[in-house]
Amino acid sequence: MEKQIETAKPVKPAIMTAKNVDVFYGKNQAIDNVTLDIPENQITALIGPSGCGKSTFLRCFNRMNDTIDICKVSGDIRFAGQDIYDPKVDVVALRARIGMVFQKANPFPKSIYDNVAYGPRIHDLAESKDELTEIVIKSLKRAGLYDEVADRLDDSGTSLSGGQQQRLCIARAIAVDPQIILMDEPCSALDPIATAIIEELMESMKERYTIVIVTHSMAQAARVSQKTGFFHLGKLIEHGDTDKIFTNPDNELTQNYISGRIG
Amino acid sequence: MRDLTLNTSAQMQKRHRKETRFKWYGRIAILLSLAFLVFMFAAILLRGMSAFQQTKIGLDISFNEQVIDPAGTRDPGDMARANYKPLISAGLAEVFPEVTERREKNQLYKLISNGGMFELGQMVVENPELIGTKQTIWLSASSEADLFMKGKIDAKVEEELRRFKDRDIAWFNTLKDQGKIKKKFNTTFFKSGDSREPEMAGILGAAFGSFFSLLVCFVISFPLGILTAVYLEEFAKKNRITDLIEVNINNLAAVPSIVFGLLGLSIFLNFFNLPRSTPLVGGIVLALMTLPTIIIASRSILRSVPQNIRDAALGLGASKTQTTFHHVVPLAMPGMLTGTILGMARALGETAPLLMIGMVAFIVDIPKGITDVATSLPVQIFLWADSPEKGFVERTSAAIIVLLVFLVLMNLFAVYLRRRMERRW
Amino acid sequence: MNSHFDASVDLNLRHAKRSTQLKELAIKSVLIASSLVAILTTIGIVLSLSFEAFRFFGKIPFFDFLFGLDWSPQTAIRSDQVGSSGAFGVVPLLTGTMLISFIAMVVATPLGLYSAVYLAEYAKPKTRNWVKPMLELLAGIPTVVYGFFAALVVAPIIRSMGSGVGFEISSESAMAAGLVMGIMLIPFISSLSDDVINAVPQALRDASYGMGATQAETITKVVLPAATPGIMGSLLLAISRAIGETMIVVMAAGLAAKLSLNPFEAVTTMTVQIVTLLTGDQEFDSAKTLAAFAIALYLLVLTLGLNIIALKIVDNYKKKYA
Repeated sequence: MEKQIETAKPVKPAIMTAKNVDVFYGKNQAIDNVTLDIPENQITALIGPSGCGKSTFLRCFNRMNDTIDICKVSGDIRFAGQDIYDPKVDVVALRARIGMVFQKANPFPKSIYDNVAYGPRIHDLAESKDELTEIVIKSLKRAGLYDEVADRLDDSGTSLSGGQQQRLCIARAIAVDPQIILMDEPCSALDPIATAIIEELMESMKERYTIVIVTHSMAQAARVSQKTGFFHLGKLIEHGDTDKIFTNPDNELTQNYISGRIG
Repeated sequence: MRDLTLNTSAQMQKRHRKETRFKWYGRIAILLSLAFLVFMFAAILLRGMSAFQQTKIGLDISFNEQVIDPAGTRDPGDMARANYKPLISAGLAEVFPEVTERREKNQLYKLISNGGMFELGQMVVENPELIGTKQTIWLSASSEADLFMKGKIDAKVEEELRRFKDRDIAWFNTLKDQGKIKKKFNTTFFKSGDSREPEMAGILGAAFGSFFSLLVCFVISFPLGILTAVYLEEFAKKNRITDLIEVNINNLAAVPSIVFGLLGLSIFLNFFNLPRSTPLVGGIVLALMTLPTIIIASRSILRSVPQNIRDAALGLGASKTQTTFHHVVPLAMPGMLTGTILGMARALGETAPLLMIGMVAFIVDIPKGITDVATSLPVQIFLWADSPEKGFVERTSAAIIVLLVFLVLMNLFAVYLRRRMERRW
Repeated sequence: MNSHFDASVDLNLRHAKRSTQLKELAIKSVLIASSLVAILTTIGIVLSLSFEAFRFFGKIPFFDFLFGLDWSPQTAIRSDQVGSSGAFGVVPLLTGTMLISFIAMVVATPLGLYSAVYLAEYAKPKTRNWVKPMLELLAGIPTVVYGFFAALVVAPIIRSMGSGVGFEISSESAMAAGLVMGIMLIPFISSLSDDVINAVPQALRDASYGMGATQAETITKVVLPAATPGIMGSLLLAISRAIGETMIVVMAAGLAAKLSLNPFEAVTTMTVQIVTLLTGDQEFDSAKTLAAFAIALYLLVLTLGLNIIALKIVDNYKKKYA
């Protein structure tokens, strides 16, 4: 049965694998034995009711949980075959390869240019000023923002509208050319039009980047993702092709959630 | 193809080293600041602790009635005023019969403090039975002898350069060998007012001056501060006058303390003709200075009282003032008192404004009320620090120790109040 | 329904209301009166300083005071002397004040800022809980203690260090006073900066960490720039403190009104001169005593100006991230 499905659709290799991941906040278990593969150049959506642990799980991928003292992660998470919790791994390198976009747009209180140039600067990606400008413009273009801000790159990033700010954050993440971009409910604070623009953007980004998006909107997951994982109370209840999860889920809990009976 | 390795690179290592360095800058900054604090405390403790002991010289004194009370009236005033110098000289002569020349005798007498006479007078007044007897009496040594005893005069220094000469040292050592010198707890320091002689100087006068000033300060600033805070927090409408009061209070907190002193000088002394150099004026000036601190602290306490307590009282039909004074203020009281004590602790350490209103004088008597001339502890420290006599150095440090002890006690009391009365909403 | 009953209840209530209203009014008046004391104090300060200062400017021209390069009020002791009014140019006092404040800020700024950064960003809560009060202790120590320490311990150390390299340093110096004042100012800078740094939203740090920035990079490139207005405010407040500080300079800086920027010489400050002019046995209306009020007025304008700017900056900053 499973084999049939795999042959039915073209299988992409997993760039990121998580095996038996547990996360504890002090004594509270936030993630319970989750195993999930993230296929390359696809959009994987993590859905589930609020407090189900989907954001916590997402933050394991770039070790953002490290900044919280009481948070303990165990299990095996690999990026391109390398254990990301290996002591030899430099978290700076990890986060340069795996970018992140947050729930609330958080541009630095600097100019649009400096926001996007931040990553290339700290990682020394540009040899010259011209090259840096080139990276900034390229990233803004990829984030679909360049045309709107081309003539005011020196304006503060905080002067943009909410949707523009979020795209600026996407451009900022893109600027270091990561392999994966993690998105933590990137549209939850945006209006439907801004959301549509970003969803469209994600679709075009998929060619170049692998995207993992946490969303509370099932409609969004259904619209943008190819793979979906459903979380409930820290457990990954079900995961697979988005089409299948939304049309014919195996698990009753998933069924109930999709149909709006729990949420 | 992108670089997917997660291993560190030379550039990253450089950045991590920078990180480590940066973190150490922070640690070093804190360590330096704290080291300075420790250094200052240590320097003052080291210099000041010795002042809590006073060198005493034991002499056999015969309380000769002819000298003390020739009339035999036993009048305390007469007995206190009598000239005890001959008795001390006689006592010294018993130990050093070889010293006969007048100038030498005077020099020898200088081993004993000038206050020695008053000590004897005091003893006789307290216990007239002494007259006619012969007793071994422990008299305060002079400041020079005291410093020598405490090792603060280096005998190896050229004789010309020190006031305690070789001959003094020889006499002193003779007395010491006979067991007639010992160090005792320095009660004078805690029981007397100021004096020109370091060994006779004490902090009691200054302490009382501080106490009376703080009393006045408290009586004025506590009610005023709290009422102002209550008004601004509970009653005042948001309008320009309220804004003005608020801005005004914030700025008043930043006015240099010496300016408050000038205010006191020109308004309270020159205009209202209040008595100069008194805790009354000092207290008023300190109160005006402390007021902003108390208001700001009290307001934040009032703000922390939950709204539902007000709503509950108002809902039962209590008026605004009833609600405020029956419910909100009692709940905020411990916090406001804590803020006031912390403000008072700051006032206790203030010196500059008191200099301006004349609380900077040589005052021997211990003030008995708020209208007696007085100094205060910090002013006394300033005065002693300015004195050329070497003996005042340790006393200045000791006075600082006492002042710091008072400050610590006040702060601990505030912390205790806060812990004890703290409410969790 | 009994209409008579209704009316009596209504009446009683109205009656009760009137007496409470009177009481409320009385209490409110007392409260307002208390609040006015703070205003009266300000008015008193401004009026008393201005009044005496204007009398001073009646004797000494305003511009001679403000721009005069010579300060020697001592010559005014003898009234028969030539130029008996003395010289009252405030510029040497101002440079002395600024020199010492500058030294103090050079000491306090790095120590205060690095301490604040460490406490806000690196320190564990446990460390923070005891280090912060320890640092604040520095602000609680009476300034007379600092003054004594500067004069008795620090000045001799500086002096002997100077003579160690064959350099003559006077026993009272701007250096000793400035150094010690700098230590006193550390908590003024660290506490407020700490608050300001804590007010920077965590989201900005997350964004930076998420890009692979180290903590130091995040702090220097994101947190501190975002906190700059607030930090500037805290520095201005510290400068205002330094300018108005009296006891440390009185005890350690000296009386010599020289127009010098040499930190190893004795200099005098505005506050020192106020104290000197008003603690001698002077007749009150002499140009000397009145000069003290003119200096104090200048001092008030300086410190209040700095303070108002600082509070404004900090206020705007807090609103931004509120």
